[in-house]
Amino acid sequence: MEKIITILKSIRPEVDFTSSCNFITDGLLDSFDLISLVSELDSVFSISIDGMDIIQENFSSIDAIKNLLIKNGVTL
Amino acid sequence: MNLKFQNKKISGILTIIPENELAFEDELDNFNFTKAQSMKLKMVMGYDRHRIFNADVCASDLIVKGMNYLFDQQKLKKEDIDALIVVTQSPDYLMPGTSTIIHGKLDLNQDIFCLDINQGCAGYIMGLYQAFMLLEQKSIQKVVLANVDILSHKVSIKDRNSYPLVGDAASITIVEKDTKHSEIFANIKFDGSGWDALLIPAGGFKLPSSPETSILVDDGAGNLRSKDHLVMKGDSVFSFVQAKVPPMIQDLLEYAAVDKDAVDYYMFHQPNKFMLKKVADKLGVPHEKMPHNTVENFGNSSGVTIPTTIAFNLGDRLLSQKYLMCLSGFGVGLTWGAMLIEIGNLDFCELIEY
Repeated sequence: MEKIITILKSIRPEVDFTSSCNFITDGLLDSFDLISLVSELDSVFSISIDGMDIIQENFSSIDAIKNLLIKNGVTL
Repeated sequence: MNLKFQNKKISGILTIIPENELAFEDELDNFNFTKAQSMKLKMVMGYDRHRIFNADVCASDLIVKGMNYLFDQQKLKKEDIDALIVVTQSPDYLMPGTSTIIHGKLDLNQDIFCLDINQGCAGYIMGLYQAFMLLEQKSIQKVVLANVDILSHKVSIKDRNSYPLVGDAASITIVEKDTKHSEIFANIKFDGSGWDALLIPAGGFKLPSSPETSILVDDGAGNLRSKDHLVMKGDSVFSFVQAKVPPMIQDLLEYAAVDKDAVDYYMFHQPNKFMLKKVADKLGVPHEKMPHNTVENFGNSSGVTIPTTIAFNLGDRLLSQKYLMCLSGFGVGLTWGAMLIEIGNLDFCELIEY
């Protein structure tokens, strides 16, 4: 969990992700941030998130990101 | 639609790139990225340098320059040209077609088939199809395929979706009859329901350019563009590419009965580095077999990225070597196409500056 927050902070250092229920609708992450986030997750966890999974719902919260990582075989 | 061609080859590729190079870091003030976002995107998307032609340069100028270079270097003879195909979405005029302007400027033989095709990212593939079909005629031995786009002139410098990526370029590919190359396999698909995913709203007959269409408007995400500018639905285009391109390539390989590992290079259209890496991963193709360095060096020049990527990455090697390549273009239309073709032992393969 902390690892995910660290990655999010590296992309948007000025944002407090812990107080948001939905990163997308709250305007904390835009489509360019999602690209940077996917690239970072791929690199840190040595995976390649499927292009078809790069949709806003999969990055709307810490839990959503966690589920996506689990789908990609990451043990958290 | 699956297609097959026989007894045809590419015999030369020349790419013409602008001398004028811009750096993303010098343009940061134009976009509403934070510093952290900019640095990430530089690395992930390949935002770095891009080549832009001056405002007074037209599509025909570039092809004329390239053709005269080939004539001067004795790599092409004027009298050998039987057909001239120009693929562009930045024509000199709405009418006449740019091919006839080039024909006139070069004083070519009147017994030549001139044709213009309005296609973008898949334009190189479309142009090759048309060249191969013309070569079925007994009277046509050699076709000049010219791809050219100067879309930077239609992209707002305040549009962070498109401007950091856009590049201008032109290419001339010589296509001719041959009996020594393998069969060429290809496919092409269209989905016109996505016609507005990449669009220049004004400037045609539907909405002529006017003072009103030139007004810059904020799109809500901080991008300023007018109706005279190109607008790209980035999310839709990304999803389209991820959904359609990998299965198309798999279908093509199956149709040709070729294993994906037997392909030496996957020379694809270059929308951005991130998108290409995702396509390569989905296909299980090593990144080094699918070069993704065109955007960071030159920018995305629409359909011209495929010949640019070939010339930049292989260049002189293609004068003496022959490789099995899978070419693929995808984008505006929506259109997506691919081709499995042996390319090599070329008469020329180079980049020149304008």
